[in-house]
Parts: sequence; structure tokens; C-alpha cells
Amino acid sequence: MSVGQAFDAWKALVGRDLLTEARTMRSLPAMVLFAVTTFVIFRYGLDRTQLSGSLAGGVLWTTLLFAAVLGINRLFVSEREEGGFDAFRLTPAPANVLLAAKVTSLFVYLVVLELIVVPIFALFFLPEFSSLLPLVAVLLLANLGFSLLGTVVSSMAVNSTARDLIVPLLLLPLVVPLMIAVTGASAPLFGPEGPGYERFGEWLMVAALYDGVFLLVGYAVFEFLLED
Amino acid sequence: MVSVLTVLFLVVGFGLVFFWTPMDADQGFKQKIFYLHVPLAIVALAGFIAAGVEGYRHIRTGDARHDLNSYVFIHISVVFGVAVLVTGAIWAQASWGKWWVWEEPTLVSFLIVFLLYCTYYPFRYAIEDRDRQARYASVFAITAGVFVPLNFIAVRMAESVIHPRVFATAEGGLPPSMMWTFLVCFAGIALLWVTLVKLELVGKRVNGQMSRLRRSLGEESAPAPGTRRVSPQAEV
Repeated sequence: MSVGQAFDAWKALVGRDLLTEARTMRSLPAMVLFAVTTFVIFRYGLDRTQLSGSLAGGVLWTTLLFAAVLGINRLFVSEREEGGFDAFRLTPAPANVLLAAKVTSLFVYLVVLELIVVPIFALFFLPEFSSLLPLVAVLLLANLGFSLLGTVVSSMAVNSTARDLIVPLLLLPLVVPLMIAVTGASAPLFGPEGPGYERFGEWLMVAALYDGVFLLVGYAVFEFLLED
Repeated sequence: MVSVLTVLFLVVGFGLVFFWTPMDADQGFKQKIFYLHVPLAIVALAGFIAAGVEGYRHIRTGDARHDLNSYVFIHISVVFGVAVLVTGAIWAQASWGKWWVWEEPTLVSFLIVFLLYCTYYPFRYAIEDRDRQARYASVFAITAGVFVPLNFIAVRMAESVIHPRVFATAEGGLPPSMMWTFLVCFAGIALLWVTLVKLELVGKRVNGQMSRLRRSLGEESAPAPGTRRVSPQAEV
């Protein structure tokens, strides 16, 4: 299969995923609702009406991570329940096309989620919004990591008898290094005296290293998750 | 043979710990847990990485023996991991007065790795098809094996370094008596790991043979309810 054909297959798969999501709204509304409710719970759990520094980073990233888990849980459900895996195996496309397509779909879900939820977070808790622009870089690197790990973990969990349990169980310890990096980068951004950039580049490098390593791992192992 | 060596090294090693090594000038007698804690941690982590290598060989060759090795490596290393966390907590209490110290990157990294490998069991048991179970478990072993060093980098960066640096310090590291004792203890613990792995593999082989004999005698091969076998079995 040529690169162009693989690209077409990738486009078809991503288009299918996004169209299905747009029509059924199976994951995204739940993720958004979950995130906003979690903010409200943090407001009372921490008893704060304004957040800054590592506390703001912690609330934002914890919420985004758990909202992402909801989407990751459902990522391969239609493949499993409606024969998508078999259909994909009938095509000559290599397994990694499906990996790339699912990573892309999940990445898009997370971007949409953040476009809605991060401004709400800022309105709820932040005194001023100048930290949001540099935060975009952190969000994108985190999304890539969540998408890669999420796709691998979701495809591992979808064929087990306890899908909803396995995804968070496997995913949470695996993303700890990424969470360390992104919270480390965003804590100074939410500083009380405007955004700071202490060790910002260093933490972005760690996040990028993490993404790179798991990109290779995903590429190496994914075909074995698809065999039957 | 290995088991005899294990006993020999462990007895000699701990003999040296108590009767030969000097008292640590700073920590005194408490420092002696170092000869147990550090070898356990290194052996457990090496076991996790070796399990990843076996997992890789399993998905490359499809040979179920590698999956069995990977399973047993992880199993014994998780058991060692419990011992690492307990001895680490005791050492932390002895030298810093607290059972758990979050600023201590090596111990925290180890906890994260340990938590990840604990999920190996529920994950493996949740997949019913045997081939798929073996394949997915190997993918887990590879992913987690890659994760181990990455995790240590991230956690170390996040924390100040207060772990006792026993090997390479500015003052010149270990005196020879401590170094030799450490090496003997390390060899003892590594041999203990090998012995336990071998024991576990023999157990699996015996189980496999037993159920084959039962089947050939025409007995019901389905396991009794509640004892559904989930670990891989050696094919003889």
C-alpha cells in the first residue's frame, strides 16, 4: 500500500470518527459536562474562589485528565460492537493507519474539549487571562501524549471484560511523568503576578520526550493489538 | 545449585553486614538496611525491564514460553517491590523521622512503577481469550518496561535530591569493605530472584503436566468454579 493510499485510509477513518461523533454526540458532551462539574466540586473541595500557581495547574490538569479518560473509554467501542475491527482487517491498510487515525480523532476531541473548558476554567478561577496563550503549547503537547497513550490503552482494554475499569487503571500510572511535566510547566504560568516561565522550556522538553517515546512504542506494538 | 548459592551468598552477605562493615558515621546502625533495600530495588527494576524484553520476544516469535517468563519475572519483581517499599519506609523513618517522604525522588518513582505493575494482574485476568491475553500482556510488559526509565527522569526533575547518595559522593564514595559487602548482598538478592523465578516456573510446569494427565485420564478439564486459572501455563 502506497503512502498516498495509507493517507486516504487515514482520512476516511478520521472522517468517519468525527462524523459519527458529530451525529451521535457520544463522548464530547459528557466530557465537557464532567469537566465543568468537576470545577464546581473543586471550588468547594478546596474552598477557593480564585486559584493561582500549582493549585490552578493541579485543578486544570486533573480535570482534563479525568475528562479525557471518559473519551478514551469509548474510543474503540464502535469498532468492537459494530464490527469495525473486522472491517478494518479486511482492508489492506496497515495497522498503524488505524493507530494514526484514532490518535488524530482523540486529539481533535481533546482540542474541542479544551476550547470549551479552558475558557470556563479561566472565567471561574483566574484573575486575568494572559496565561492562556502560552498554555496552548502545554495543552498541545499534553494532548499528543494523552492521545497516544489513550489509543494504545483503549485498544488493549476494549477486548477485556472490564473495559471501564482497565482504562483508568492502566492509564493513570502511565501518564504520571507527563502530568509532572505539564503541571511543572503550567504552575508558573498561573503565577499570581502574571505568567512566569521558570523551567518552562525544560518541562516542555520532558513532555515532548515522553510523546516521542510513546509514539515509537505505539508504532511498534499496535499491530499486535489488532491481530485476532 | 542456584538455591545453594543463594543461601551461601545471603548468609555470607548478611554476616559481613553485621560483623565486618563499619558503622556509618552519620546514620549509624540504621544505615545497614541499605544492604537489603538497594539490591532489592535494583533487582526488581532489572526484573521489570527483563520482563519487557521477554514480552518483546514473545510478540516477535509467538513462543508462549517467553510470555510465561515475562509473567513470572513481573510476578517475582512485584513481590520484591513490596519489600522495597517496606524497607524504604523503614529507612525513611529511621533517618528522616517520617515513614514516607515525598521529596525523595527514587522512592516515589519506585512507587509509581510499582503501582503500574500492580495493574498487570487485573488487566491480564480481564482478557478471556488465551492467545490474546498473552499478546496483550506482552504489549503491557514492553510499554511498562519503556516507561520505567522515563518515569525516573520526570520524577527526579521534579524533586530536590535528598536521597542518601551512598555510591558516588563528593567525599569519594564507599570504603572498600562496604562496597564488597554490598556486592555480595547484591549477588545474594539477585540469586534469590533467580531461584524464585525458577521455582515459579517449575510450579507452572508441574501444573501444566498435571492438567494434561488429568485430561488424558478423561477427567473433567474445566477447573472448579472460583479457581479459574488466569496465569499462563508452561506447555511441556
